[in-house]
Amino acid sequence: MQKQQTNQELATPVAARYARTSASVQSQRRNQWLALMLLSPALILFIMFGIGPMLGAAYLSVLKWNGLGSPVFVGLSNWIAYFHDTEALKSLWLTIEVMIFSWLIQTPISMMVGLYLAGRQRHRSWIGTGYFLPLLLSSVAIGLLWSYILNPNFGLVDTLMTNLHLKFLALDWLGSPRLALWSLVAIVSWQYIPFHSLLYQAGRRQVSESLYEAACLDGANGWQEFWFITLPQLKYTVVTSTVLMLTGSLTYFDLIYILTNGGPGDATNVLALNMYETAFNKQLMGYGSVMAVVIAVFGILLSVVMIRLTGFKNMESQAEGV
Amino acid sequence: MGPSQMLRKFIVTVLAVFWLIVALYPILYLLFESFRSQETYLTGLPWLPPKHLYFGNYQSVLSQGFGIYFLNSTIVALVSLVMIIIFGMMASYAIVRLKGWVSSKVFMLFLAGLAIPIQAAIIPLYLLIFRLGLYDTLWAMILPSVAFALPLSILILVNFLRDIPKELYEAMMMEGIGTLGLLWRLAFPLSKPALTAVGIFNFVQIWNNFLFPLVLTNNPNLQTLPLALQHFQGQYTMNVPAIMAAVTLSAIPLIIAYIFGRRQLLAGMTAGFSK
Repeated sequence: MQKQQTNQELATPVAARYARTSASVQSQRRNQWLALMLLSPALILFIMFGIGPMLGAAYLSVLKWNGLGSPVFVGLSNWIAYFHDTEALKSLWLTIEVMIFSWLIQTPISMMVGLYLAGRQRHRSWIGTGYFLPLLLSSVAIGLLWSYILNPNFGLVDTLMTNLHLKFLALDWLGSPRLALWSLVAIVSWQYIPFHSLLYQAGRRQVSESLYEAACLDGANGWQEFWFITLPQLKYTVVTSTVLMLTGSLTYFDLIYILTNGGPGDATNVLALNMYETAFNKQLMGYGSVMAVVIAVFGILLSVVMIRLTGFKNMESQAEGV
Repeated sequence: MGPSQMLRKFIVTVLAVFWLIVALYPILYLLFESFRSQETYLTGLPWLPPKHLYFGNYQSVLSQGFGIYFLNSTIVALVSLVMIIIFGMMASYAIVRLKGWVSSKVFMLFLAGLAIPIQAAIIPLYLLIFRLGLYDTLWAMILPSVAFALPLSILILVNFLRDIPKELYEAMMMEGIGTLGLLWRLAFPLSKPALTAVGIFNFVQIWNNFLFPLVLTNNPNLQTLPLALQHFQGQYTMNVPAIMAAVTLSAIPLIIAYIFGRRQLLAGMTAGFSK
């Protein structure tokens, strides 16, 4: 009797645990089915029109194809041709130049503007209203606007400089091979500085004021405050902004297409433009795809290197939270 | 205030005003030109506002069938946004609330998608759209726009949904509401701020997209505004005031949003990038 009882006592929890487990396994399975149902519209669209085409570019890069007839498998010959193609390599180099110089111009100005707007000056809000206006225009709109500002015959800059007797500044800013790239970098910076200023403004507002109060008590001056508090605290913002700037300049297309279309000659023929030309004007889908893959790999490498270098764990923590 | 502080303040103010001129003046120039008649454009002083406001450019641009491009842009943007918001919300909810192998792997895939530049996928995308018979339809712009918007949108929504307290869900579950009911009746209404940010961010991206209409359409009647602007410039090379009016018109929704909800618009534009 007593024995039976113990047996029963033993048996029940075990059985109960079994029952519980299978119920939770079942509900877990049901949950995952439901999850799959909820995820599927987004997933199907993303695989079909996002990840799929991206992998497709790698596949296309080993084909010779005009997009219409039947594709021919050519192995790595597109790739070999690419690394012997001086025009393509020049375009790669131009892209790197644009990347470096637009970063060098945009970062300090964006940081100054952002910090200024996060400060306590009067008139800040209406000045800020003016600063962010370029954000309202598309790249195409900005391209058209600047093409008329810089037009060498009746543009704003030309007329203004001529009238101010500064003839040496009334140049053909977009039409001369020596100047075109610099003009583009300047216009791109004009377009994107407002966006990065916003990032820096938000970043500065996140910094706790107590740090500055403490520094003030220690008798730190403005420079020391910036150097020892603001800059280290803005690390996350600098990384984010830099990754966006670099990957952005890797893919600049609209603005350059409108302003110079890669010219004069090939002075502004950056990667994305070169790829578009090759694939859609010369109908070389395979060779153009080599450039597409170069853009993608370059972009991914940049992001990964930047994130590693700065020990920035945002992505990992994003994934851990799942 | 010591002399050195005065000097610093002075330098900061000078720089601030200088930058204001750099940022603002090109936009003022755009407006000045768009209200000039063509004669005064060629003879007047381009850096001053026109003596008389001339509305003829806007009239002629609108009579050039600019309305249809506006409509195309609006349809593409709105249909894309509805899809992004509904599908993005469903996916994000599954990732946050239905944890497991499936949802975590899919989330990783979407995170990887953050690094894909549109330009790198455009060639196969063109071939795909062509094969599917979608070339020269508005869907050719809508579907890729949705696909490329999903990764960042899902990241923003997942971060937001994670912060909704479990107790709220539990309280509603007590009333016998199921998993799907919680999504429509709790997660959706609570996520309004995040959905607004996702909506604004993607609206700006899609409204201004040039590459998709350029590569995936050919029919002039299907052009969205950025492509229409480029064609317009080809036709009206010499009528600069008309082009400037067209450029201004193409930014109307953002200009209106800026006037009435600047803070929200700017916050939406940087959604997902600033913590």
